[in-house]
Formats: sequence, structure tokens, C-alpha cells
Amino acid sequence: MQIQGRAMAGTLESNDVMVTVSPAEGLEVQVASIVLNQFGKELKRVALDTARQLGAERALIELDDRGAVECTVRARVETALTRAKEATA
Amino acid sequence: MRRTMMFVPGNNPGMLLNADVYGADALILDLEDAVAPGEKDAARVLVRNALRAFDYGSAEIIIRINPLGTPFIEDDIRAVVPLKPAMIMPTKVAGAEDIHAVSAMILEAERANGLPEGSVGLIPLLETAMGIENAYHIATADPRVKAIFLGAEDLSSDLQAIRSKENHEILYARGRVVMAARAAGVDCYDTPFTDVNDDEGLAQDAAFARAIGFTGKAVISPRHVPAVNEAFSPSEQDIAYAREVMAVIQEGERLGRGAVSLRGKMIDKPIVDRARRVLDAAEALGLGGYEHE
Repeated sequence: MQIQGRAMAGTLESNDVMVTVSPAEGLEVQVASIVLNQFGKELKRVALDTARQLGAERALIELDDRGAVECTVRARVETALTRAKEATA
Repeated sequence: MRRTMMFVPGNNPGMLLNADVYGADALILDLEDAVAPGEKDAARVLVRNALRAFDYGSAEIIIRINPLGTPFIEDDIRAVVPLKPAMIMPTKVAGAEDIHAVSAMILEAERANGLPEGSVGLIPLLETAMGIENAYHIATADPRVKAIFLGAEDLSSDLQAIRSKENHEILYARGRVVMAARAAGVDCYDTPFTDVNDDEGLAQDAAFARAIGFTGKAVISPRHVPAVNEAFSPSEQDIAYAREVMAVIQEGERLGRGAVSLRGKMIDKPIVDRARRVLDAAEALGLGGYEHE
């Protein structure tokens, strides 16, 4: 999956996560979360895993988490990556 | 038993997470009006992941899709059929040809996903004057159609009527939907009561819908689930009377009588049929139903 431009998905509402994807040299995840100490590593792992499953190897993925569960994180990362793939640079 | 169908916005993770805790018999995961046009893609992915991750227990899953003629319906159907919902709810259905078109798209998706043909049911939303006028043709258009559902908000707009809490403006449509559904042998569902803070109005509206023959009612607020469930469940008095009816019928059969009466009132076939429906419902809801000695 080739990231063409910057794209976002999700919201800052409770139980959701705002995901921003932009082109990068490698695959990197940055996490801000209301539960960073408890779940920061897990959020990063889930985002990386989702990106790799979708074949995205060159992307910066930023998460602004509001307590999203794993399936929500995966959904928002997938949507943001798909939109970034279709975005214009 | 499907008494309540609770709408759950398809792009709201919090609502999807907790949707099963309110006691609704069915959940309508909504990809249509509750989702902004620019978020349809996000909602499809979120609903897919939610259905894969969460156990909604005994709640039946219905997915409301966008109407024919929009750029969303084909992607909606491709996304939701593999999730194997009990039913898909097509919207703004105007006639049998709409059902034929949607059913053909679902069939294609079933084949592409190796699912049994006809496994996904339909509960069309009738919310236009044309849809109401064609209710029977819609209900009988395809074996997938298991129920029809009246949507009063869009219908009132289409009728150029003034929407009111008393619902006088949808009286004809309600009767027409029930009549069409019963003639077709499918279930029928009433429009939601939209004032989330009027408990008395809700109870009256649900009782009226039950009285004129609806199978159940949709709700837009979790707060409305208990009242609607109660309105569409047999009462203790209903169950007691139904048991009496069945007892006198059995006694009449034992004695070889052609006609029987209960407290001076003749018990004929329609009364027995109604008693059986009450006891079937009571059994399904764990309310006792038929007495097992």
C-alpha cells in the first residue's frame, strides 16, 4: 500500500481514536492517549500490526486515543490508511 | 421474539461497544442517516470490526444500508453481506423492483463469499408515499423479505404532512403497513417514538401500535427499550386468559362438544388462535406460556 498524502479517520469522542496518516520513509507510530501509561504499548502494537497487514511500510501513523478498544483502533487505522492511499500528495 | 429494534449509529464506537446491554431484541447497525456522507467508508469498517469482535448475545443483527440511487449502496452490500447479518434493511424502498434490485446485489455478494443463497433476509424500510402504496407488493417481492418497517419521519415529509406526537398524520400508513404485512405473512414494525423524554407518550404510542397489529417497534433511544418490550409482551392477564381458553377447548374436545364457551362467551377459532399466539410468545419470552404438568 502506497501512502499518497495525509488523511485522517476517527473522532476525539469517548471510546474513539483520531488517527492521522502521512507519508514517511519508514513505518512509525506515535501515540497520545488518556490511558497512555496502561495501554500505550498495546495501542502502538495494534496500529503497527494493522498497517503491516494492509501492506503499509512507509507511513507515519499518529493516534490521539480517547479510550478506544482494539477493534476500533484497527478500524480507524485501516480507514485512515485507505484514505491516505487514495489521497493526492 | 423480535419486539424492539434499537438503532445504533454505525460510526459510533461507544454505542457499538455497549449496544447489547439495554435488552433490545434486535440491533439496527445504521450506515444510513446516522452516518455523514463523508464517513460511510469509516462506518463500514467499524461495523465490520465490531461484529467480529463483540458478542451481541441473543440480539438479532440488522444492518441499515443506504438507498438505491446513492453512490453508497453497492459498497454497503459488499461490506455487510460477509458479516452474515440476520437481515439487511434497504431504505426508501418504493416498490417490488427495488427489492428485486437489492436482492440481486445481495445474491452476488453471497455467491462471492461462499454463503448459502438467500441466507440474508430483508426488512425494507417504507418511508415514502409510493412505498406505503406498494407495501403488499414489497412484502411479497422476494422470499428474503421477512418483515416491513414503517418510517414516519421521511414519510411525513413526503406527504407534506405536519408531524405530530399524536401521529394522526400516519394513521393510514400504519394501517396500510399492518394490512400488507399480514396479508403477505410477514412481520411489521412501527416507526420509533422520537421524544426521548416523554415516557407516557411512548407507552401510549407503543400500546396503540401493538393494538393495531404491529409485531414490534423500533427505538432510537436505549431508554425506550423496556417500555416497548413491555408493550409487545403478553401481560399476566393475557397469559391467564389464554390458558383458560386452551383448557376449555381441551375439555370440549374430551367431551366431544363442537362448541364451547368461557364465562358465557363463545370460544371460536380466532380466539383460540389468539390464545395460542399469546402462549407461544409467553413461552419464547420465558413467561410461562403453556402450563406443563
